[in-house]
Amino acid sequence: MLTLLLPLTEAADEAPSPLLPHTAEIIFGFVFLVLLAIAFAKVVVPKFEKAYADRTAAIEGGMNEAKAAQAEAKAALDKYNAQLAEARQEAAKIREDAREQGAQIIAEMREQANAEAERIVTHARAQIDAERTQAVASLRGEVGTMATTLAGRIVGESLEDEARQRRTVERFLAELEESESARQAVGTDG
Amino acid sequence: MTAGVPTEFNPPGPQNFETPPIIHGVDWFTKPVLVAALSVVVIVWFFWGASRKAAIVPSKLQFAGELGYNFVRNSIARDAIGSADYMKFVPYLTGLFFFILLNNVAATIPLIQFPTFSHIGWAYVAAIMSWVIYNAVGIKKKGLWGYFKHQTMPAGVPIWLMPLMIPIEFISNILVRPISLSLRLFANMFAGHILLLVFVLGGEYMVFESGSIAIGGVGIITFLMALAIAGLELFVQAIQAYIFVVLTAQYIGSAIADEH
Repeated sequence: MLTLLLPLTEAADEAPSPLLPHTAEIIFGFVFLVLLAIAFAKVVVPKFEKAYADRTAAIEGGMNEAKAAQAEAKAALDKYNAQLAEARQEAAKIREDAREQGAQIIAEMREQANAEAERIVTHARAQIDAERTQAVASLRGEVGTMATTLAGRIVGESLEDEARQRRTVERFLAELEESESARQAVGTDG
Repeated sequence: MTAGVPTEFNPPGPQNFETPPIIHGVDWFTKPVLVAALSVVVIVWFFWGASRKAAIVPSKLQFAGELGYNFVRNSIARDAIGSADYMKFVPYLTGLFFFILLNNVAATIPLIQFPTFSHIGWAYVAAIMSWVIYNAVGIKKKGLWGYFKHQTMPAGVPIWLMPLMIPIEFISNILVRPISLSLRLFANMFAGHILLLVFVLGGEYMVFESGSIAIGGVGIITFLMALAIAGLELFVQAIQAYIFVVLTAQYIGSAIADEH
């Protein structure tokens, strides 16, 4: 029992103390641990670390790419918005100009039309005046002649009866009309 | 040894861990050496295969390898040593972790069923390597005097306590650490295996050789207990591998830590 409790004092013919190492195991333990450390240091760790670095780079690259794309999209949007605002401003300006120009054109046209109308009216009035003067002058002369002719006829012919008298007047009027239309024809020519 | 004939029960002891050489005459080629060598082959084969074509998008094998590698790299090395210096120690810590883990779990793998670290030589060599590494990097960073000052004179302790503090800190930080590291691992593996042997051999004796039906019934319960203990041992085996490597990383981290 005592030998079990204190294995270091065990007799030589029994198993050696479990606290005493075998030399071979010390050597193998050292060799194996060094081998493993070298295998990990030379192969496994570099390979895994490279994969991790690649992974990080891939993720970061993807993120940077996405960020760049986002920035690009934002720049394009800003540009379009700016262009749109400019176009709107320009359109407003053009509309404003057009309105101004239209108003100006209308005013000008109105003025022109007024002037023209005035001119036409003035011209027509002058013409009417001239024609009337002319008509008065010609009428005056003709009335004198007609009155003279009529008087001569009345005096020269004997007025026997009422029928005859009427005929005379009618003839006179017909002649008068005739001469009137002849005169008018001559007047239009002139 | 037939049922019904009582024979004497030989309790399992340290002699059960002394297996004969596998090849007669080659004394060094024992079961733990074979198991350890197999573990190295398996670790190198697995991680070489997992990392050989390491790519941005991992294969299933690479993913499994990264899982194990990341566990040691991030959860153990980086957390304990700090992100500035930890990469230098990742190869050793990873190799150490998987070496201890596989050799511990070997105690549960059928047909192998032997914990390499129940032979204390393996535990000694692993602890001494960790001890050499953490002291060496500490001395390299702070110089011999600076390192001893860093390890034995904690900041904020009054000067009149120093005669007491310096020996205590020296013993605890420099002398005891390799012993505690190796003994913890060895004792857990040794005790776990011997516990299992007690339950399995004892159950076997009770069932087949005690010659009593009542004791045979207890023997069956003992077998069931052995199953439960095997499950517990699997947990202990993984935990011990983790503790050994976490402590190594912490010793390295504290050896190169800046004064605070």
